Amino acid sequence: MSLKQKTLDLLKRREEALKGGGEQAIEKQIAMGKMTARDRILALLDKDSFHEYDLFVEHDTKDFDMDKKKFSGDGSIIGTGTVYGAPICIFAQDFTVAGGSLGFMHARKIVKIMDHALKMRVPLIGINDSGGARIQEGVNSLAGYGEIFWRNTLVSGVIPQISVILGPCAGGAVYSPALTDFVFVVDKISKMFITGPEVIKTVLGEEISMEDLGGARVHCEITGNAHFFSESEQECFDKIKKLISFIPWNNTQKARAFPPKPPKKEYKIDSIVPNDSKLPYDVRDVIRAIADDSDFFEVQELWAANAVIGFGRINGDTIGFVANQPIVMAGVLDVDSSDKIARFVRYCDAFNIPIITLVDIPGYLPGIDQEHAGVIRHGAKILYAFSEATVPQVTVILRKAYGGGYIAMNSIHLRADFVFAWPGAEIAVMGPEGAANIIFRKEIMEAEDPEKMRKLKVKEYKDKFANPYVAAAKGYIDSVIEPSETRKMIIHCIEVAKNKSANRPARKHGIPPF
Amino acid sequence: MEEKEKYKILVIDDVKYQTRLTKKFEKRKSYIPVDLNKLISFISGTVSKLSVSKGSKINKGEELLILEAMKMKNRILSPKTGKIKSINVEIGQRIAKNDVILEFEK
Repeated sequence: MSLKQKTLDLLKRREEALKGGGEQAIEKQIAMGKMTARDRILALLDKDSFHEYDLFVEHDTKDFDMDKKKFSGDGSIIGTGTVYGAPICIFAQDFTVAGGSLGFMHARKIVKIMDHALKMRVPLIGINDSGGARIQEGVNSLAGYGEIFWRNTLVSGVIPQISVILGPCAGGAVYSPALTDFVFVVDKISKMFITGPEVIKTVLGEEISMEDLGGARVHCEITGNAHFFSESEQECFDKIKKLISFIPWNNTQKARAFPPKPPKKEYKIDSIVPNDSKLPYDVRDVIRAIADDSDFFEVQELWAANAVIGFGRINGDTIGFVANQPIVMAGVLDVDSSDKIARFVRYCDAFNIPIITLVDIPGYLPGIDQEHAGVIRHGAKILYAFSEATVPQVTVILRKAYGGGYIAMNSIHLRADFVFAWPGAEIAVMGPEGAANIIFRKEIMEAEDPEKMRKLKVKEYKDKFANPYVAAAKGYIDSVIEPSETRKMIIHCIEVAKNKSANRPARKHGIPPF
Repeated sequence: MEEKEKYKILVIDDVKYQTRLTKKFEKRKSYIPVDLNKLISFISGTVSKLSVSKGSKINKGEELLILEAMKMKNRILSPKTGKIKSINVEIGQRIAKNDVILEFEK
């Protein structure tokens, strides 16, 4: 064969391999409202940037007549490309090829691109769409999963890992996404669970649909396993791209800086927070009043909404925002919001993203269910995460900061670099009503008119303690600032903290209250 | 201007906050104190054997029934010495988690 003939032969082989599971399977995939694996990659990456590897990989299983079956690329697609110019390693499971089932070679391709991503220190994106383990390959298939999980853990905190669930992802398979930084799901397409509806029905006799058990909404609203909810695959890809624009390529770099932009004029920082600390407001408006172009990219918007986390930019640099949300559950901390904040803080710390914490917290949510769900252990995660973080951190107390919540929301005691309070801040061990009822119990009880006395004592406590100056007098607040000074102060502090060096004692690793 | 939202009240340390409540919070179950006279199923499954009947006297640690769940025949032993007041299940019956299987006399 001449080189020309050989080249023609290559093109033919390539064309054959690119057919994936064949026309019928592709039609079926599209009928399910899903894109094909290759189309997904192309939709996500910059135009013409995708380069595929291991296209000709085949399985070598012989049992169960498998030697007669040929799976194009063994059902997974790997390659490299760019997103907004950022280099990316990517894999996608091809559901049209043997249901995207994970066999040994299928997994070895994924593992190969993961190793590449670590070596090149670039982000890894995994698109999951698989029926699960390839049963015919037995323990080899389990070995494949194990190798993936091990690498997910190995690269965690070194390179960003993004999981996209665009089909079923069941059994052991879900643990790979669970080990990664961010999980994207799409309504009616994504399904994640450890044991499916059928097993649950046979073993436990309980009936539930796939959607209600582990659909996109369930994981975004109830479990917190997923971070971003989208209505369509395209919307999902747009969100992934936006996320990539906020994060660095690896843990030794900083996120790309953008040209600074002032916040939009419609967010007036002076008039968002009501003076009466019992009244709600949307803390995201405060974030938008501070962030460049008022652009706030929220993470886990639908889960544990009493805490708000997400990315924005200040003066062009990526910032991780953490805030209590007074409009939901009065902004209390509880089991879920503690988990949410703690993990995000660790993410920002791992990837050199400064953290701005906006505080308006009445305390922890009281309740038997909370106590029995282990709010002690979960709440401790926030203390651990903030105490451990060494990236630049600025805390702004907008209004209330009561009790344990004051400490937990990155107080100076947990080593926030700068702590500011607005003039309306109330930094105290608890709300005036509760405090007065305890401190002046006797006076109130013995008074001729207890209700009048209670009101008097509440006012007395309020006047004396419900302000930022008691804490400022001790130096627990670096400065009491006007709301309109907030952005300027943050810009200054981040600038000052650019070369921050905070050392921790050498250790293998800490023991966080996981 | 947008319509004024009607907020719910959440009390923390005697302070009444106006706010939205989460579905999870609104649907939370109220706590039921443990009643040691009731034998509660810890898992859903099928009753494959009953070793006692109404009125039986039983010692702590003796077999009450066998509950098949997760492909295992779980021997359910008596947590206390006493007399069986009532049995709420039959052989072959599939029960759910937290069902009251039987009750002891007080």
